[in-house]
Amino acid sequence: MAAESARLPGLVEEFVAGEVDSKAADVTEGVKAGNFTILELVEALGLSLTSSQPQTRGRGVQLLSQVLQECYSGLSEKEVEVLIAFYENRLKDHYAITPHVLRGLKALVKSTALPPGSAVSILKSLFQDIHVQSLMVAQRSCVYNMLISLMESREGELKGLGPDFVYGFVQAVDGERDPRNLLLAFQIARNIIHRGYDLSQFTEELFEVMSCYFPIDFTPPPNNPHGIAEEDLILALRAVLTGTPRFAEFLLPLIIEKLDSDVQNAKVDSLQTLAACGPVYGHRELADFLPGLWSSIRREVFQTASERVESAGLAALTSLSACLSRSVLTSDSEDPLQVFLELVLKDCKHHLCEPDLKLVWPSAKLLQAACGASYRSSLLITATVLPALLDEYSSRAQCAQRRTLLEVLHGFVQPTPSSLSAEGEESVLLPFQKSLCSAVFSALSESSAGLQITAIKVLITLGEQPGLLSESEVETAVDHLTKLILEEDDAQVSLAVAECAGSLSRLHPSSFTSRLIPRLKDEIFSEPMVLRDDSAPSKTRQRCVSALASVSTLPGLVQETAPVLLQVLSSAQRGSNSFSLEEVTSVCHSLQRIANRAQGAEEIGKFFHDVIIPQLLGLALQAALQSQRSSDLSSALTQETVLSALVPVISSVCAALQTDLAAQTAAQFVSLFLDGETSFLPENTYPSQIQLLKSEFESWSQSQLVCLLMACVCSFPHNVEIPEIDRLLGQLEDLSCTSTHPFSYTSAAKCFAGLINKRAAGQALDAALEKTLKRIRETLDCESSAQRVQAFTLLVWVAKALLLRYHPLSTALSDKIFSLLRDPELGSRAADSLSLLMSDSSDVLNRSCHADVRIMYRQRFFTENSDKLVQGFNSAEQEKKSVYLKALSHIVNNLPRQVQLTELPPLLPLLLEALLCPDDAVQLSVLSCLQPVLQDPPPALSSQLEALFSRLLSLTSSSAMNVRIAALRCIHALSRLPEHTVLPFRARVLRVLASPLDDKKRLVRKEAVSARGEWFLLGSPGGR
Amino acid sequence: MSVTAARLENSNPLIFHRAAERLITTEEQDEHLPDPIDDREIFDLIRSINDPEHPLSLEELNVVEQVRVNVNDQESTVSVEFTPTIPHCSMATLIGLSIKVKLLRSLPDRFKIDVHITPGTHASEDAVNKQLADKERVAAALENSQLLEVVNQCLSNRTL
Repeated sequence: MAAESARLPGLVEEFVAGEVDSKAADVTEGVKAGNFTILELVEALGLSLTSSQPQTRGRGVQLLSQVLQECYSGLSEKEVEVLIAFYENRLKDHYAITPHVLRGLKALVKSTALPPGSAVSILKSLFQDIHVQSLMVAQRSCVYNMLISLMESREGELKGLGPDFVYGFVQAVDGERDPRNLLLAFQIARNIIHRGYDLSQFTEELFEVMSCYFPIDFTPPPNNPHGIAEEDLILALRAVLTGTPRFAEFLLPLIIEKLDSDVQNAKVDSLQTLAACGPVYGHRELADFLPGLWSSIRREVFQTASERVESAGLAALTSLSACLSRSVLTSDSEDPLQVFLELVLKDCKHHLCEPDLKLVWPSAKLLQAACGASYRSSLLITATVLPALLDEYSSRAQCAQRRTLLEVLHGFVQPTPSSLSAEGEESVLLPFQKSLCSAVFSALSESSAGLQITAIKVLITLGEQPGLLSESEVETAVDHLTKLILEEDDAQVSLAVAECAGSLSRLHPSSFTSRLIPRLKDEIFSEPMVLRDDSAPSKTRQRCVSALASVSTLPGLVQETAPVLLQVLSSAQRGSNSFSLEEVTSVCHSLQRIANRAQGAEEIGKFFHDVIIPQLLGLALQAALQSQRSSDLSSALTQETVLSALVPVISSVCAALQTDLAAQTAAQFVSLFLDGETSFLPENTYPSQIQLLKSEFESWSQSQLVCLLMACVCSFPHNVEIPEIDRLLGQLEDLSCTSTHPFSYTSAAKCFAGLINKRAAGQALDAALEKTLKRIRETLDCESSAQRVQAFTLLVWVAKALLLRYHPLSTALSDKIFSLLRDPELGSRAADSLSLLMSDSSDVLNRSCHADVRIMYRQRFFTENSDKLVQGFNSAEQEKKSVYLKALSHIVNNLPRQVQLTELPPLLPLLLEALLCPDDAVQLSVLSCLQPVLQDPPPALSSQLEALFSRLLSLTSSSAMNVRIAALRCIHALSRLPEHTVLPFRARVLRVLASPLDDKKRLVRKEAVSARGEWFLLGSPGGR
Repeated sequence: MSVTAARLENSNPLIFHRAAERLITTEEQDEHLPDPIDDREIFDLIRSINDPEHPLSLEELNVVEQVRVNVNDQESTVSVEFTPTIPHCSMATLIGLSIKVKLLRSLPDRFKIDVHITPGTHASEDAVNKQLADKERVAAALENSQLLEVVNQCLSNRTL
């Protein structure tokens, strides 16, 4: 111990006289380890602290401060007191010593043993002896940090200083320019305001010293070494300026002044700051400035071309109105909210009556912003505006004007969260409910699509607010909707009608069951034989069918609509020719939309399970048996498109069924397909010898029903057991390997894959797989076999099923596929199959049918196989190379964008090569994966630009229109690259793009025009 | 306030609804059928040009209309009439120039492009028409970088 403390003078000597900086760390270590105390250090420093040389004194203080910085926590109160007295005294010392003194003080104020009264004395000497702004950045920061620590720990003492503290701070901060220090200063000011320090006569001084930074204009240095963004400073300053109502009299004139600025950011900042005042101020603070503020806001919103300024202006107006709405009304004074809103109304209302002129929109937005601020303001505004708008609406005859008025009206009937009526208050719209409805209904009977759509939007909004539509009005509305469905063929109107019908049906189902559904049903079954050639009745029917799906929002409604749709299928099956294939397909799509609602509505699922699915299956089976008996194949339900459309109906119901119902359905389907068990089907008139999965007799109309089996058994959640799975798998394998009907063998393969994907890992699965893979391999290896295509299809689907679940066998299967790229017969199919492997399949093996899909399987597949592909490409003979490029483009195209960005650079040369490949499909595929990459190009691209430009430019004269379009889009995207990299190509691009301007196809010309336009702007003044 | 207010010559102009996007027909998607350049195609080129002083397009201000566009694909001629919002609009030349430049950049060389003011809608109609018809003056105007900047702003897709 003694030996240790004996080292101290030596260390001190070396640091002070020898200028060996590292010794400070040694001393600190010693103090921390308890080898010597601070007192001993001070004693050892002795002479250097009192030396007449400022240099020596500086070193002495520096050492002491440096040690204190690490060891302040171990000090006793007495020690702190003595040290503080010493340091305070040193503040008066030579300027070269000040930095060290400040560091020491900063350490000391952090000590918990700070004696009472010392905070005050430190601050006093600090404010007295130091001129903060003549210090360096780091020392200024030291001072601010000291203030922050003291405010945390000694709030009471600081407040005891009274306004002197604020004054001292104002003096210290005046003129600060460093963004890091400003953030600290703003923090101190915010503390002063929020923690109740006494501002008294220095309120204005504090405001002045802070507001001189407003509005903030700060551009961080390159690379932003301090990580401070302009936004940080803006928000910190805004919190200070809007922190107290006492600043109002200074801030509000400042905002009005800054709003006159020509700088857009200043305007936006001012408006946002104003908006931030709203929650803090009361109406008294605002009173004097309201006319000025309003005229500035109005001017900005009326004249601006910028959405940012506009939305900031509107938000400020909302905030002001909300603030005034909080004022307490007294009987003897006028309501400040009313006075203000009258001002707003006076300037805006008359513009609403000029629906052709530009200012109708900003005026409406301003009024709506004020209206949405509170219940009270919405009451005041709607009372004046709605009657005027409704009057104007009825006095105008032009559709365009009426549409504008109705559009404006729509903004006023939409409640905002703050203007919603509270309990016990009635909706502000109630007095106008009748006239609003009649305006909407009159608009719905006009012939203008735009007007109708706007009216429908208003109707939806009214319908969503309870009490605004009476029963009879709902009925009228439903009648209007029915009429539009039957008569209006504009696509946008139909879309709006569907949305409205969906929204209203949820709240008023009875009007739909009693009026709309029966009417549509009549229309669907009315016989339009005479008009067969005309497409109009068919379109009406399809609209009716689709509308039935839109209104099926509740189980009660589904029970009405789904049977109607089923009836269509059943009459289509009976061979009556009145329904076209297209109509039948659209019925299936509508059924699917309804089936999708089964998720989250158990009752709908049960209804489908009990009624719809058995009937569907029965119809499909009847159709299949019929077509086999007679050669008349007309029944729509044997068509591939119809069956494919039925798949998602069954699949989405099965995916949503409760476990017990699901198990029941699974058992029914499996026994039907394996054993011909038909007892659960309605109208049981089926022969007893049905073997749906046997393909011996070329009965493809039966075997293709396997797609429905797939829809069912592949969609259940994992916990649903599929009965007799091994026998099922065996028969599916047979069907998929031996059938000659592509739809049948593909569906069987998909069904097989769907089951394999979900089957629990273990011996049973391995055995089943081994058997199947052996068969696939044997067929594929036998080049004369007629069933290679079938075997290959099964291979691809099984490979996908295993790839998705990360099964160890999947690598072997994908290798097999890669090896088939060289196969003369299957090579091209193998390349295309990669797209199937990498993309989501819509009907099976996706997440919505509960398949086992691991995240990032695409990346994994890519990382494992891209090298093999590149090697295969390099070693393939010239005419086979395109197959590899096609395969590669399929894989890359399906990768997530993030992965594309990182993985693409090494593949770029190959992709550029692929652009030279004469196959249109390859070119298109590569272009479509390049285009998104070019939006945010990887750095590796810059070295390939020359090659890229020449390939793309030559593709603009390709013979395939889609390739020309895709190439032009890529060229367009390239104009967004950093200017210096692409400017050298400008002249060439403009020259080459002149010829597609005269392309024979309009769609190509359109792309050429927009690409060339952008390239003209590149590097041109006012361009980019 | 007066400064910004003075900038707008016509602060509350009439505005018109935009026409819907052109629907893509099956003929247009057919690889082999040629689509001739028609009036609507030319109108689509110029309707979205920004007005120099309002955040509105020329179509919304009714400065250009489809009926005032005439194109003859066979003879390679295009004629566009535009209507300034007020007869003393000082922006007329600039608007005409923007339309002309847009067409020059977007149409094949073979076209002869004529841009002029709708007769009887502007005080100095003849002078403006003459300027717009004079190739050399148009070229000279585009050498002026300040003028080019304003024209380019009218032709760029506004992103604010």
